[in-house]
Amino acid sequence: MVKRNLHKIYMGLIFVFLYAPILVLVTYSFNDSTSRGNWGGFTLKWYIDLFNDRDIKTALYYTVIVAVLAATIATFIGTISAIGLYNFNKTPKSIMVNINYLPVVNPDIVTGLSLMILYLSTNMRLGFLSMLLSHITFDIPFVILAVMPKLKSLNKHLTEAALDLGATPLYALRKVVIPEIMPGIITGFLIAFTLSIDDFVISFFTTGSGVTNLSIVIYSMARRGVKPTINALSTLMLTAVLILLFIINKRSALVDGQKNNGGNY
Amino acid sequence: MNKKQKFFAYPYVVWMFIFIVLPIVLVFLYSITTKEVNNIKTINFTLNNYKLFFDPLYIGVTIRSINLALVSTIFCLVLGYPIAFIISKINIKHRNTVLLLFILPMWMNMLLRTYAWMTILGNNGIINNFLNMLGFPSLRLLYNNSAIIIGMVYNFLPFMVLPIYTALSKMDQHLVEASHDLGADNRTTFLRVILPLSLPGVISGIIMVFMPAVSSFVIPRLLGGNRSLYIGTLIENLFLVTGDWNFGSAVAIMMMLIILVSMSILNRFDVDKEGGGSNLW
Amino acid sequence: MGNKIIELKNISKDYDVRVLNKINLYVNENEFLTLLGPSGCGKTTTLRILGGFEFPTEGDLFFEGKNINNVPPHKRQINTVFQKYALFPHLNIYENIAFGLRIKKTSDAIIKEEVKKMLKLVNLEGFESRNIDSLSGGQQQRIAIARALINKPKVLLLDEPLGALDLKLRKEMQLELKHMQREVGITFVYVTHDQEEALTMSDTVVVMNHGEIQQIGTPVDIYNEPENAFVADFIGESNIIDGVMNEDYLVTFLGRTFKCVDYGFNKNESIHVVLRPEDIVMVPEKEGYLKGTVTSTIFKGVHYEMIVNVGALDILVQSTYQSPVGDRVGLKFTPEDIHIMSKEA
Repeated sequence: MVKRNLHKIYMGLIFVFLYAPILVLVTYSFNDSTSRGNWGGFTLKWYIDLFNDRDIKTALYYTVIVAVLAATIATFIGTISAIGLYNFNKTPKSIMVNINYLPVVNPDIVTGLSLMILYLSTNMRLGFLSMLLSHITFDIPFVILAVMPKLKSLNKHLTEAALDLGATPLYALRKVVIPEIMPGIITGFLIAFTLSIDDFVISFFTTGSGVTNLSIVIYSMARRGVKPTINALSTLMLTAVLILLFIINKRSALVDGQKNNGGNY
Repeated sequence: MNKKQKFFAYPYVVWMFIFIVLPIVLVFLYSITTKEVNNIKTINFTLNNYKLFFDPLYIGVTIRSINLALVSTIFCLVLGYPIAFIISKINIKHRNTVLLLFILPMWMNMLLRTYAWMTILGNNGIINNFLNMLGFPSLRLLYNNSAIIIGMVYNFLPFMVLPIYTALSKMDQHLVEASHDLGADNRTTFLRVILPLSLPGVISGIIMVFMPAVSSFVIPRLLGGNRSLYIGTLIENLFLVTGDWNFGSAVAIMMMLIILVSMSILNRFDVDKEGGGSNLW
Repeated sequence: MGNKIIELKNISKDYDVRVLNKINLYVNENEFLTLLGPSGCGKTTTLRILGGFEFPTEGDLFFEGKNINNVPPHKRQINTVFQKYALFPHLNIYENIAFGLRIKKTSDAIIKEEVKKMLKLVNLEGFESRNIDSLSGGQQQRIAIARALINKPKVLLLDEPLGALDLKLRKEMQLELKHMQREVGITFVYVTHDQEEALTMSDTVVVMNHGEIQQIGTPVDIYNEPENAFVADFIGESNIIDGVMNEDYLVTFLGRTFKCVDYGFNKNESIHVVLRPEDIVMVPEKEGYLKGTVTSTIFKGVHYEMIVNVGALDILVQSTYQSPVGDRVGLKFTPEDIHIMSKEA
């Protein structure tokens, strides 16, 4: 019993450590005082400031556009490449899979600066395109890593059965293989999307000419000193994350429910 | 599967070559050439960039970074192992909820999480305000090593907890019972069965914390201020401020080497433990 | 024999529901006792209570006369062979077997000697430095036994230890286990759902169902004199037929009255009649006590198993001769083949 309580106290302290900073941000986003020490009463003015802030609006636009595009393209390339790689012979496959791992195990800063060198050495202008290409590059490996296990656990005879029943290979792929590995593809997309939304280091190195994302804006604002608009921004981003999680949870509960119902027939 | 589907991967093989292999080759190339080169014909090979890295100044930077990363990793391990252990013991009904609560902060942008600590530790931050209220003078909490360590532990703790938790929850509960059955009390069971079996998780946790910690430049920049250089901030400086790509590339290559070497040492450690059990005693 | 080493008194265990209800049982020294029953009958829970991994909600557990309700597993002179062996994957075979002695801080020299002895006992000499994942299921099984026996427990608990082995290996291990038990001379408490295994190996069989003990007895008793329909049905395949006990030695079922060897029931008590399929003899229709049509014939290797429909119900018959489906046949049996069980038990 004593041990039980000790466990609870310890976990309690850890949760304080984890959540206190977030709570502080949220609280201060409603604080009507520039100096963070004092509570100057409730206000929404930082939110209004935020909506009038050009930099932030531009950054938000690029963040979303890049994340959607990069995750979609990476999911497409990653999925078909995983299917292709899966059919490689042993040695070339393991070489390719290992190269694919590089962006995953390399520190972000190395990925970022090496891509920057690539773009600048080929006289490419840093900006939207370079940032998008970089995001796709570090997204694809995660999609492949999410799809590969599903391919491995796929019943090898499924495609053969489809071919046997007269399907063309492409038809079998579309109607049999892809639906079977769909959960992996969706996971891959979600990972890619989250990574892109959150990325700072690689974007920081590979962007230029006024193209930014939220992370970069926060970084430059934070370096210039603490600004209450960031608190408002954090609160909004946190809310967005919570809503997203809620939707995902609901969705998976719904999917589970449907599956269970299906089992009854 | 159809062998023709190999072709599906060919575009990505090309992509990998251009966007993964080529950039790293370029970094390496820059690290072994002199700065003066402007076109391919006048390329000059040199090892000076690496020599410069071994200058006491930069060796100091490297050691400081490794130290900081090690301390952060140790804190993560010491704080994180009990967390993983406790979560793995929680009733299955509540376990996922606790786990979700634990990783929820991870969903917040890393910059914001780091920034939050500026608000707490800053000269006008919560802690100092509280101290002032009680009549104590302000402490300088931000812009030093402790602040960096707090930031790193805050950001990387889940990387330590999750693999350990996975190892612990995958462990066959009968092994623990078998140990008790054979006469081991809780402490002995932990030391001789649970800990060794969770070692693979501990090792991946260490790798997953040490790697971003040693290469991070955001956390030192925001919480450590401009005062001292770390390997990450040094690289950023060289590339984005001074524009010395050659030396910067050499430092980046050295950092990759450090990470590679520490990873392989750790992995060997793991294999040893799993292979010859008798070494354990 | 004769000394009670373990005694369970009114042991009950509740999780959300009651899984054990008032178990009363004792185990004698050097006895091979088997807890037999279908999955979910409470046999494994009983074993886990003996091992100390679960604590009874009610009742008392005695070991050599002392109450051990609250003694943790590591302080009990009882060792367990776990269902899937639970060998430590991070230790080699030598260290797995030595585990218990290491804890007791036994000297290296003695450990070495003891491990060698144990490996000899389980016929795996020379396996010391191998990894456990290099072993077959049967070999892992032996290591698990050696790991438990090296601690010289007074009682060894075995939780479906042969469940994961194939049939041939199972038969071999059954004999070997019995042999080992005699050689080391300790008490075995064995859990299985395989009735044949229970009957082959045990001195005493405890049949359980729904958290309650159905019958305790020697294998012969259990087989020949099942106390209720569940035991009869579970121990081998049986025909269980509703009947009425007219008086001592006289029973009526399926519309006919038969002589039997049972007595002591109330007059006209409603009872179950057990007819073992191998006790029934198939004869030409007119010679049979019961008449019916063969509805299925399956070849089972040594014998044929046939279902004969006698109007009201199907009767299972085993015979070395085959009667084709559709044949009219008669069924015959002797008074000794009729087993009577009271309905409430």
